[in-house]
Amino acid sequence: MTVPFIGKQLKNRTVLASGILGNSKDILERVHEQGCGLVTMKSIGPEPRDGHKNPTVIDLGCGMINAVGLPSPGYQDMEEEWAELESRNFPVNASIYGGSVEEFQRVAKFVSAKGPDFIEINISCPNSEKHGMLFGVNRQSAHDVVSAVKKVIDVPLIAKLTPQAIDIGDIAKACQDAGADAICAINTVGPGMVIDIEAQMPILAFQKGGLSGPMIKPVAVRCVFDIYKAVTIPIIGLGGISTGEDAIEMIMAGASLVGIGSAVRYRGINVFEKVAREMDEWLLSHNTSFKEIHGAAHQQN
Amino acid sequence: MEIKSQQKPLMLRVEKKIMESKEFATLFFKYPLPFIPGQFVMVWIPGFDEKPYTISFHDQDGFAITIEAKGLFSKKAITLDKGEIVGIRGPFGNGFTIHQNKRVAVVAGGCGMAPLAPLVETLDQETIFIQGARTKEFILFPDRFKFEPQYCTDDGSFGHKGFVTDLLKASISSKKNIDIVYTCGPEIMMHKVFEICEASKIPCQVSLERYMRCGFGVCGACVCGKEIVCKDGPVFESQTLRNMKDFNTKALLKSGKAVDLPDYFSWRCK
Ligand SMILES: Cc1cc2nc3c(=O)[nH]c(=O)nc-3n(C[C@H](O)[C@H](O)[C@H](O)COP(=O)(O)O)c2cc1C
Ligand code: FES
Repeated sequence: MTVPFIGKQLKNRTVLASGILGNSKDILERVHEQGCGLVTMKSIGPEPRDGHKNPTVIDLGCGMINAVGLPSPGYQDMEEEWAELESRNFPVNASIYGGSVEEFQRVAKFVSAKGPDFIEINISCPNSEKHGMLFGVNRQSAHDVVSAVKKVIDVPLIAKLTPQAIDIGDIAKACQDAGADAICAINTVGPGMVIDIEAQMPILAFQKGGLSGPMIKPVAVRCVFDIYKAVTIPIIGLGGISTGEDAIEMIMAGASLVGIGSAVRYRGINVFEKVAREMDEWLLSHNTSFKEIHGAAHQQN
Repeated sequence: MEIKSQQKPLMLRVEKKIMESKEFATLFFKYPLPFIPGQFVMVWIPGFDEKPYTISFHDQDGFAITIEAKGLFSKKAITLDKGEIVGIRGPFGNGFTIHQNKRVAVVAGGCGMAPLAPLVETLDQETIFIQGARTKEFILFPDRFKFEPQYCTDDGSFGHKGFVTDLLKASISSKKNIDIVYTCGPEIMMHKVFEICEASKIPCQVSLERYMRCGFGVCGACVCGKEIVCKDGPVFESQTLRNMKDFNTKALLKSGKAVDLPDYFSWRCK
């Protein structure tokens, strides 16, 4: 049984989070083969960018902190990858970022012509001096960037939001009003900082970084809960999901699909297959269905 | 579900430094690290950068890494002295699969000796051991092993003048059975070794190098075809290498752009 999502059919409800693997067609294909319903590419930017110096990703046991810093070849320098992706037999979500509405629009227009199944705009990355997050914390800027991008693309638009917004439901509503077809939430939490007490300095070269993995799940669930109340478009719920039960919790908060990033570390690249199977098993053992539990946590309110 | 132990950098002081030659240094650390030959650690010089290094020496009390000064980081790393502090994450990666009862050949080129050294030390059986370097001065770990290597140098200053692959070919045609070949060195050399092994139907294990960030299979910086070098590798077997289209052809720059190998290596040496 496939899962419908804005006009496409996915093999299950799991989504590869942007910035996790996702660097080439080959690896996206492998993630798909390992059971992932929808794979997201590493965020594509307006210019070539190296990202930050190492250390950039540190495992803290309860999750990780990262300041990779949006490395990208730049949208104009990915022809080989686009050419390879043309012959794919799996759906792809292309994540993009920019430093201004104009940049978002320029990248989006170009990328749309390459034929991804969806475009996700990353208006939520905490790891760059000037890209991203600003748009995700202000309702007007979120509206402006979504409507500008929507005008120039012919594939569905997903807006990826940051938990740093004071009222994430309000931002999601602004995105919906501007024409977004779905919301993806959340990007990393923070920024946070980890100081090494022997070296007496922050471990990350960029000093601050976004938190992900099990430790952020309660924040992600709350965000998805707030967004579900505010919008009618589907939500990709993401942040700290490692098991089928985590995914079920996210669906009860209101998610239609569930994204997985850091858990690739904790459960291996076939985490998608595992989570999808565990979700099915849970539904079966509770004699229920996605439809019945979708947003179920809202009933009591 | 098992969440792996904390992987924040473990801050260790350099216990001892040996200058192997003017461009190679081995840094020793006192810490009992779990370890399989071929695995690597991420080495953080606080305030500077962090890079992967394979473990070149290991016993129950400690381990060492061997650094060739070629880029900014390694030039800095070989100046570290006893008592200076670095952060260690890992070990990461799969390591070599060791076959005790087989006839083994080990083929090392330059700094590629580093991951192979602890492997050689675990072998009891008769082993064909070929080691190459630019010149005599750059031969790593002379006198360390119970097997005497067959040496070769680019300039003929020590041992055979020419390539390790000449010696491997000679061994294959004279000696009867080699059951497995382990190799590490410049990728072009490893690819030649792989081709020679394929022609003679000998399985081989190759240790690859790519730019890394996380070291544990999440960020995608090190992908090589469908393989994740830090997690599925760095050691790959013939079966995987046959289908790995980026082996000896392409690698990703820091930006994620895939480029031809010579461009990648000239960037890495900056
Ligand atoms: C190493 C790393 C790199 C990331 N890079 C991106 C990125 O380029 N674009 C993006 O939208 N999100 C990026 N993220 C955020 C993830 O897509 C995801 O929103 C976040 O990690 C929460 O999910 P998780 O807890 O399942 O990891 C990155 C996360 C990590 C850990
Ligand atoms: S270095 Fe991050 S996936 Fe290999």
